[in-house]
Amino acid sequence: MTPVNRLGELERAIMDVLWDSTEPLTVRQVGLRLTNRDLAHTTVMTVLDRLAKKGFARRQRDGRAWRYQAAANREAYVTELMLHALDQTGDRSAALASFARRVSDSEAEVLRRALESIGELPRD
Amino acid sequence: MFPLVLVLAAVAGGTVLGAAALASARWPYRSPGAAILLWQALGLSWGLAAVGALAALGAVPGRHGVAGGALSGAATAIRSAALGFGTPTLMAAARLAVLAASAALFALLVWVLLAASAAVLVARRRHRILLSLLAHGDPKVPGALVVDHPAAAAYCVPGLRSRIVISAGTLDLLDSAELAAVLAHERAHLRARHDLVLLPFSALGRAFPRARLACQAHVTVALLVEMLADDRALRHRPARELATALLRVGASCAGLAPAGALAAGGTADAEVAARVARLLTPQARLPLHVQALVCCTAALLVAVPVTLLLFSF
Repeated sequence: MTPVNRLGELERAIMDVLWDSTEPLTVRQVGLRLTNRDLAHTTVMTVLDRLAKKGFARRQRDGRAWRYQAAANREAYVTELMLHALDQTGDRSAALASFARRVSDSEAEVLRRALESIGELPRD
Repeated sequence: MFPLVLVLAAVAGGTVLGAAALASARWPYRSPGAAILLWQALGLSWGLAAVGALAALGAVPGRHGVAGGALSGAATAIRSAALGFGTPTLMAAARLAVLAASAALFALLVWVLLAASAAVLVARRRHRILLSLLAHGDPKVPGALVVDHPAAAAYCVPGLRSRIVISAGTLDLLDSAELAAVLAHERAHLRARHDLVLLPFSALGRAFPRARLACQAHVTVALLVEMLADDRALRHRPARELATALLRVGASCAGLAPAGALAAGGTADAEVAARVARLLTPQARLPLHVQALVCCTAALLVAVPVTLLLFSF
């Protein structure tokens, strides 16, 4: 695996730990909850720092240590992805290309009837 | 330079009329590739001719066409304005004004394109980061990423590090043959970089939302690009699978968007239906000689303003 991919995998694994936790975690606690326990303390710290800089994690002082938590829960980010993907902001962004664009209810009814006339019932 | 002004203005006006006619024409559905080429030529020709007509108005006759004439015209006007002799100052001011208008229009068009490209890159980067944190692979859709969300979505994130994304809702909605058709469609988009074709039209449409023709051009080219990807997908998958996939995903997307957003964004109504109709009752492509004629028209549209801008007669 290339270093970039490895970093991506680490960020993802650490975000999973933060999302699954109900309370802010120290670097050490995050390291203990990772499946790959062989990671150096400094590596976990670096990745948490990167996540904080990107805005995905928030950190706060707790005595001499930092505690980290996810900036928003997993569902909020999934929603952001889907809103962008379904193009609900009203403008057709050129950033993504959707397979089928959103349609109105009346149009959907037309599509459903067309589907039935092809001889396949929609599987609801 | 006055005849040149008229010719360039006529080209600019002609491209507008041509675009209006092309937007309501039906033959593009039969050969979307040729039609897209014509749209691109119309857009480029309009920009060059509009900028060129203003430039020609302020240009002095010379050996280097309108572009060279405009530069020496600006130099002469500035010199005479600064020194207070030569051509009357009012004349020099008028010449400078039209040349400035020409330069401003050119700068505006370039700026709109650059700003839109930058916005697209930023949005895609954010999207890719989120995908790297949230999406996962699935054996049902090899090569694609799956996002766990019940709504049906299937799309691609174009770019050097492109991605195809399928939502969990789509995985439930479509059978394996339909999923393969969707993947073939998205791969066609990515391979041919359709996003680059669409970018200038989307940039103009969003920069000038009040300009109906600019928005119409964007909507039309967006639909043609989808048809092009449909055609490419048909090389690998049967039409029926792609059609039922389109109908299922299209029908399931309804009601998600607020009505206002639909109206503002230019409705996608009838787009899905048009694509399905095209798949199920295919019409013959345009004859080769007609396609050649379309390509020649496109070449001519660009060649005329470029020649007038660069060469003198």
